[in-house]
Amino acid sequence: MSLNAEIRGQLFNYLLRHADDRLVLGHRLSEWCGHGPMLEEDLALANIALDLIGQASLFYKLAAETEANGRSEDDLAFLRDSAEFRNLQLVEQPNGDFAYTIARQFFFDVYDVLFLEQLSLSTEAEISAIGAKALKEAQYHLRHTQQWMLRLGDGTEESHRRLQDAVDDLWRFTQEMFVPDELDHTLTAEVIAPDLETLRSSWQESVEQTLREATLELPEDSQYMTSGSRGGYHTEHLGYLLAEMQVMQRTHPGAAW
Amino acid sequence: MVNAWDCLRSVPDPEIPVVDVVSMGIVREVEETPESVTVTITPTYSGCPAMYEIELSIREALQSAGHTQVEVKTKIAPVWTTDWITEEAREQLRSYGIAPPERRCASGNDLKTPACTFCGSEKTRLQSEFGSTPCKALRVCLECLQPFEHFKCI
Ligand SMILES: [Zn+2]
Repeated sequence: MSLNAEIRGQLFNYLLRHADDRLVLGHRLSEWCGHGPMLEEDLALANIALDLIGQASLFYKLAAETEANGRSEDDLAFLRDSAEFRNLQLVEQPNGDFAYTIARQFFFDVYDVLFLEQLSLSTEAEISAIGAKALKEAQYHLRHTQQWMLRLGDGTEESHRRLQDAVDDLWRFTQEMFVPDELDHTLTAEVIAPDLETLRSSWQESVEQTLREATLELPEDSQYMTSGSRGGYHTEHLGYLLAEMQVMQRTHPGAAW
Repeated sequence: MVNAWDCLRSVPDPEIPVVDVVSMGIVREVEETPESVTVTITPTYSGCPAMYEIELSIREALQSAGHTQVEVKTKIAPVWTTDWITEEAREQLRSYGIAPPERRCASGNDLKTPACTFCGSEKTRLQSEFGSTPCKALRVCLECLQPFEHFKCI
């Protein structure tokens, strides 16, 4: 990569954000392993977790190369504290019931397909390669969660109620996916990163359409919306997640098998 | 000394040992010089847990055939697609009990319902897009009622 030092530094931070999203969400989904509501769904959630963690690894590897400071992809994943994580607050939210997990995944998957479509057009070849690779996977993730939104939303009274509660509760975490900060602006200007603001209307349209088909109400936009996760502000849940995920590397540094 | 491509054709896919890493389109490039061999491989899925195993097997196969200097590189572009699976490997998948992916799915053409690997019926339905490995979906035959695996088209 023939980028100047300043852009490289920004790129490192940018790659970390998107790696962290995938690692944290992948870890959350992996918590379902052995607890899925049915065998097929247990396998599905584990498979999606595997895809997301694999994608995280692609982003971390490139981040480590970009930083070129001796840190490995594993160091980036396992030896940073929660304030250094840059993932969206949405993805760190606990699994809740199955409807909650599906709603969280649905909001992320709709965003992810739109984001990766644009990322695959990045002028940086290594970044566009990750975008194109991950996009194929994000597309079937979205198909899966969309189907569940319909089945649960337009299902029984109880499944409808649980999914509506989840949608209402998670709505406050959805806004910040589309609020660019200085880092986004710089990299968007270099045509390295997608323009997040342009993704918002497609996301909204797609989400509204699915909610309508699923007989669910669109939450009020006027409610409190979270912000700041890209700057390291998180809910209390991330610390617990990292404590569990990182314990092996923290206790036995460099452990391998 | 056996040439590098022929060596690689003897390396099985660790998750589906009836097919090899070349016919699955995992091996992208082979560069052979009198001193060394460089093999470039690509993952089928981002989180493919078999990549490390594949790299080790490739190294081992080439070294035991007398290629002492072996380098294995990974690249992800262009993105792997089931379109790269050879005709022969598709037949091997079918006889192993996994319905092969449809052809030319990267371009969206020629999408047919996968036929049952037991009775050949085309009346089958998707049970789940996710199976025992990332590359497989679960289907059920509506004629003989057997469940079977389908290599997903990506
Ligand atoms: Zn049959």
